Amino acid sequence: MKKLLVRTIAAVALSASLATPALAHRQWMLPSATTFSGDDVWVTVDAAVSNDLFYFEHRPLRLDNVKAWAPDGSEVPLEHQSTAQYRSTFDVHLVQKGTYRIGSANDMLMGSYVLNGKTERLPRGTTKETLAKAIPAGATNVQTSESTNRNELYVTVGEPTAAIFKPASKGIELVPVTHPNDLVAGEAATFQFLLDGKPAADLPVTVIPGGIRYRDQLNQMDLKTGADGKVSITWPAAGMYWVNVTTPRPARGNAEEGKASAPTAMPARRASYVTTLEVMAP
Amino acid sequence: MQLSHHIILTGAALGATGALTAPAGAQTIDLTVNIPRLKVAEYHRPYVAIWLEPAGGTARTLSVWYDYDMKDNEGTKWLRDVRQWWRASGRGMKFPADGISGATRAPGPQKISFTAGRGAIGKLAPGQYTLVVEAAREVGGRELVRLPFAWPPKPGQTVSAAGKAELGAVSLSFRK
Repeated sequence: MKKLLVRTIAAVALSASLATPALAHRQWMLPSATTFSGDDVWVTVDAAVSNDLFYFEHRPLRLDNVKAWAPDGSEVPLEHQSTAQYRSTFDVHLVQKGTYRIGSANDMLMGSYVLNGKTERLPRGTTKETLAKAIPAGATNVQTSESTNRNELYVTVGEPTAAIFKPASKGIELVPVTHPNDLVAGEAATFQFLLDGKPAADLPVTVIPGGIRYRDQLNQMDLKTGADGKVSITWPAAGMYWVNVTTPRPARGNAEEGKASAPTAMPARRASYVTTLEVMAP
Repeated sequence: MQLSHHIILTGAALGATGALTAPAGAQTIDLTVNIPRLKVAEYHRPYVAIWLEPAGGTARTLSVWYDYDMKDNEGTKWLRDVRQWWRASGRGMKFPADGISGATRAPGPQKISFTAGRGAIGKLAPGQYTLVVEAAREVGGRELVRLPFAWPPKPGQTVSAAGKAELGAVSLSFRK
């Protein structure tokens, strides 16, 4: 029994160190609405990590890196923040007219080096800036993989505007061809995705309608960006949709547990993008 | 009823719309919107938007009936629930809108007239148009009725359509 426990702990430790945490779980933010009228407008947002969309039943999404930007590009505060067992919530006071951006972009640097014949992992929290310090003298075979994970929402008061889509040229970003707050069931919407500021060709785009609990099929749409980074999505019905764009993951199927995550199998640049889009009824 | 529609016209709007009397022989569109009497536990008069879509052109809002007189302009919060109108025209407007904003109306036949060349309807070039009436009710449903017509209209011409839930019969007639 004790032996089993030790083995279990070892397995847990191993899986915790895998480079793709929470692969099975989806992180998401869900706004109370995305289209607003009126003079004193607030949006309230739930943020969580869970399997099913959009049900908070696993972990809250940490708000540490979440920010909000007004239509004029200025940063505005997240108000009434709270992180509970299964979800975080916050409000944004939408004082200006136009489109706001709410979200986070997290950069991570993972990797390994060989010192005295032994492979060591870079410590958690290593960044490009601290990389030099993290590698001891005499280390060889340094491998790194940089990832940027972006999770964003867009909400509009009055007429949609585009100023907040000015790319930061880091990670995966959405550039509207169709404005993401102008989506209607039965219509096709086109978005362009950039990776580090350049059109991101051939990236897998996953679209899943919310309300998973109340149907048998996931109804997932698996799409791909074209050479120009553009993807067209025809919305089958009104509702909230989870959209995820990622750089392709290395195949994991036939490798042995643990080996699949070896840094050598990791591409040097990885990025992911998540948004929740609201599609209106016609 | 006309009084409530025009009640928030300001001096500036009067100046902008020019002479209040129509030029001789100006074509007038009379619209009747039947707001159904509904047996529901909680009834609120619907928000109603009336707009004109020139074929291939930009939608023009003619009239919006909503809670325009609430404190701090709070009634505008639900304008977006008149969702097709909001997308077609409303979201680009400021409220209250002179000559357009009006109070919500009670169940029954509600009449409103528009005179070509005057106010929000503006001048109408010959061509195809659709007048759209959309109603959205607090704790209730939403419905939209479309009335297509050609301009200039034939004498005595009428156009009618009817909703099923939130709007009753809606009709247009034309007079000089």
